[in-house]
Amino acid sequence: MKVDVAIIGAGVIGTYIARELSRYRLNTVIIEKENDIADGTTKANSAIVHAGYDAKIGSLKAKTNVLGNQLYEELCRELDVPFKRIGSLVVAFSNEEMETLEELLEQGNKNGVPDLKILHKEELREMEPNLSEDVTAALYAPTAGVVGPFELAVALAENAADNGVEILLNSPVTSIDKKDDGYNIIAGTHNIDAKYVINCAGLYADEINNMVNKPYFEIIPNRGQYHLFDKSTGNFVNKIVFQCPTKVGKGVLVLPTVHGNILIGPTAENTEDKEAHETTGEGFAFLREKAEKVVKDFPYYKVITSFSGLRAKTATGDFIIEEVKESKGFINVAAIDSPGLSAAPAIGNMVVDILMETAGGIEENKNFNPKRKAFKPFSELAMEEKKQLIDKDPRYGRIICRCEQITEGEIVDVVNRRAGASTLDAVKRRARAGMGRCQGGFCGPRVMEIIARELNMDIADIVKDRPDAYILTGPTKASKTKIDTLAAATKEE
Amino acid sequence: MLNYDIVVIGGGPAGLAAAIEAKNNGVNRILVIERDRELGGILQQCIHNGFGLHIFKEELTGPEYAERFIEELLEMGIEYKLDTMVLDVSSDKVIYAMNTTEGILNIQAKAIVLAMGCRERTRGAINIPGTRPAGIFTAGTAQRFVNMEGYMVGKKVVILGSGDIGLIMARRMTLEGAEVKAVVELMPYSGGLTRNIVQCLDDYNIPLFLSHTITNIKGKSRIEEVTVAKVDENRRPIPGTEKVFDCDTLLLSVGLIPENELSQNAGVQIHPLTGGPIVNESMETSIGGIFACGNVLHVHDLVDWVTEESRRAGKNAARYVKDELVYNGAAIKTETGYGVRYIVPQEVRVENIEDNLQLMMRVSDVYRSAKMVIKLDDEVYKKIKKNHLAPAEMESVNIPVKDLINKDFKTITVALEVEEG
Amino acid sequence: MKKQNMVCIACPLGCQIEVEHKQNGEDQYIVTGNKCPRGKDYGIKEMTNPTRVLTSTVKIKNAHLNRLPVRSIGEVPKGLIFKCMDEIDDVEVISPIKVGDIIIKNIMNTGIDIVASRSM
Repeated sequence: MKVDVAIIGAGVIGTYIARELSRYRLNTVIIEKENDIADGTTKANSAIVHAGYDAKIGSLKAKTNVLGNQLYEELCRELDVPFKRIGSLVVAFSNEEMETLEELLEQGNKNGVPDLKILHKEELREMEPNLSEDVTAALYAPTAGVVGPFELAVALAENAADNGVEILLNSPVTSIDKKDDGYNIIAGTHNIDAKYVINCAGLYADEINNMVNKPYFEIIPNRGQYHLFDKSTGNFVNKIVFQCPTKVGKGVLVLPTVHGNILIGPTAENTEDKEAHETTGEGFAFLREKAEKVVKDFPYYKVITSFSGLRAKTATGDFIIEEVKESKGFINVAAIDSPGLSAAPAIGNMVVDILMETAGGIEENKNFNPKRKAFKPFSELAMEEKKQLIDKDPRYGRIICRCEQITEGEIVDVVNRRAGASTLDAVKRRARAGMGRCQGGFCGPRVMEIIARELNMDIADIVKDRPDAYILTGPTKASKTKIDTLAAATKEE
Repeated sequence: MLNYDIVVIGGGPAGLAAAIEAKNNGVNRILVIERDRELGGILQQCIHNGFGLHIFKEELTGPEYAERFIEELLEMGIEYKLDTMVLDVSSDKVIYAMNTTEGILNIQAKAIVLAMGCRERTRGAINIPGTRPAGIFTAGTAQRFVNMEGYMVGKKVVILGSGDIGLIMARRMTLEGAEVKAVVELMPYSGGLTRNIVQCLDDYNIPLFLSHTITNIKGKSRIEEVTVAKVDENRRPIPGTEKVFDCDTLLLSVGLIPENELSQNAGVQIHPLTGGPIVNESMETSIGGIFACGNVLHVHDLVDWVTEESRRAGKNAARYVKDELVYNGAAIKTETGYGVRYIVPQEVRVENIEDNLQLMMRVSDVYRSAKMVIKLDDEVYKKIKKNHLAPAEMESVNIPVKDLINKDFKTITVALEVEEG
Repeated sequence: MKKQNMVCIACPLGCQIEVEHKQNGEDQYIVTGNKCPRGKDYGIKEMTNPTRVLTSTVKIKNAHLNRLPVRSIGEVPKGLIFKCMDEIDDVEVISPIKVGDIIIKNIMNTGIDIVASRSM
């Protein structure tokens, strides 16, 4: 395969860049090692669009965060992605922390964050009645928001694909060779010649870089564990509640997600293992202790699931967004840890600028369509729209996921779209079937049935996420090697 | 807007019995709304025997038990809608539902019977740390796959929780060729019926680890192993007691939760311990004319009792429609004393009871040789000797209405008297 | 003389029963702790020839589900359960089936039939 641009990694950064590049007459491919979009850091994080006050003045993080934040509204409108600008609070418990708030305020103002202000106890109480009595003040940032991160990456991928970008899943990159006119990439079963390579490989960005260039950065995985709570907790807080940052990170947050659950997390643990996706008892205990400091009497028993994600950190603490000097046309977009999601649109735009400059003379794609085929949860439609939709396609009249009230029509839709879902988790991330309080207990078998039917697969071949994450082991009545535990019991007597 | 006298939400054992009984009591315009593709509810996947001893005096399987009610419902010509989901219920008894053939339905009912059943607690709800691989199922989901869809969910199985579905699935998976390595129970006693321990575990040499829990789950794609540890009296894992089971499947049978999202939308008051609506002697919730029965009200261990309770709900829904229920403001409260976790109903209006007041309750621990003491206000009314009481086994007490009427009692209290030693 | 404590599983009550086996010329079984006559029968049988109701499924064609639930009418000897399962596993029926239809007659020569436990 011969392409102009090969983007390695289908997280929010890779898919954003792909979609931006589809505005131009470029032949672009996204190469992803997993079997779905957004399967790495993008799928497990705080799902926040930060205001931009906590990045160091003058850093790439500061610049791209504030810019990225401003781009979110339009981006999510074009792509039908849930985004809510709900605002954030950094709370202080002491005079010392009050000083931190003042410092953050100043830093935020210098970074260009609009409308920051410090709220005192009474105003704060009115805004967030469930905050602990011990909170004395808070830095209020009205521009902070919450977004569906995997929904965003999927929408970007889909829109990119609609505009001509090819997506190769299940294709881990095993080698990259520098050629005179570009790069040769071996990825899974694919052999790709690309003029330009954009490395958005997240946790593996260092390994991808090292296939071509001399090592100059190292990705340090840093794990964050989270608890997600039932939607009935959704208005316990109305804004993203941070505690004062410490050396290890922004601390444990309590926030309402864009879908109305409460999310508590993350921990911050450096690990060696880039696949260390487990949660731990210590992590849970830490989260609870920290969260209960901010919100008293939170109904902790309403947890519906827990998960962890790995941040791609590096020693310098700032993003790496650059064309490698020794390798023309090879652009690293690496160490995109927090606020990477917030900054994604600005990071992507920067990368496009770098590419345009290096490539020169790239024409626009006149057929570019920024709008995604309408994607609105059935439950959010107006009554008339619902009726019309069911008339047109009766499958919208059948609820499959009871907890989130997701219809068969929506599941069929996400399976059949470009960059569509073919696994149980992929459906869950796109249509939210299985996201609710029963965690797929009721709808799992039905969703599998629908995927199997739509994609003409055997239901036993449907996986949870990874290709070897099988769910069923085959039909009953097939075992000819039963362990007759009864007979053994009888003999012993 | 469609109009019915009684709409029953849920076509499982509770809904079926309620609808039939309502019709038997002279109400004709009844509609049963079922979200699944067929009537019968969870009974259709409970293919084991043990149902119906009390109601039919014979031992039936779940599908047989369901079929008897379904046949009766059909013979009586009671209307029902399948594959139809109720999305909302309002306090003035308007039901908003949806299906593929009629689209969106607005239904005005004079009375509603809530019979939505329950759901299973999940891994997330019990906070087991570890990875999130495939191969972790709630026991009921596994039961549906194995018994109805005809697919096995694994070969080497560990089961957490000794609730009845977990025990039944231990045997079922064994008979289908899987190796069930252990059943792990957090409490010092089983959460299921004793007979199920005998015929599902003991019969097949499956070990039951009481006072143990799972402390870690490993496996990147599919589950590969679980760590099991003993717990102390505060249910905290004891370091050093860990053992590792290599397995490809973990079934969870860690409790059932009444599904009351619709009830809550309607504004029905929920009891914190049952997880179901607060009801009176007629199975009527805090909203007049909205009744509740079966597992949506409180989790039962025997379907026979669901039937009995649901018949009461159906009958009283009919009486409500016919304006026969008495509301004079006075109600006796039922109160729990030592060792009793909850009592259903929570309120009693004596005038509406026809023969007996039935109190259903669960105890909070395992007790041997205890006495159940029933007090009317401060007077001991009755003491009932019990050889064996366990949280897994629902208890019931009947009080003849003649002992309650015209006495102006304020409370009925049930407590346990336990001999020491 | 032999004594055995067991839990009666004849019904969900689960009585703790004790069965005493006396051999004075002929076998004599004394069951205590049972609350009903079925407990006595269960106790004696459990000591002499334990039997169980067997429930399972068989493959079914042309139905809305892949499996039809089945049960034994009466109890089969405990030791034969896995052999009965092998026979059950090999059966495939075609819809329509009525509840009570005989699926396997006299399974493993036990004199016990396997019947459909629902219509499908």
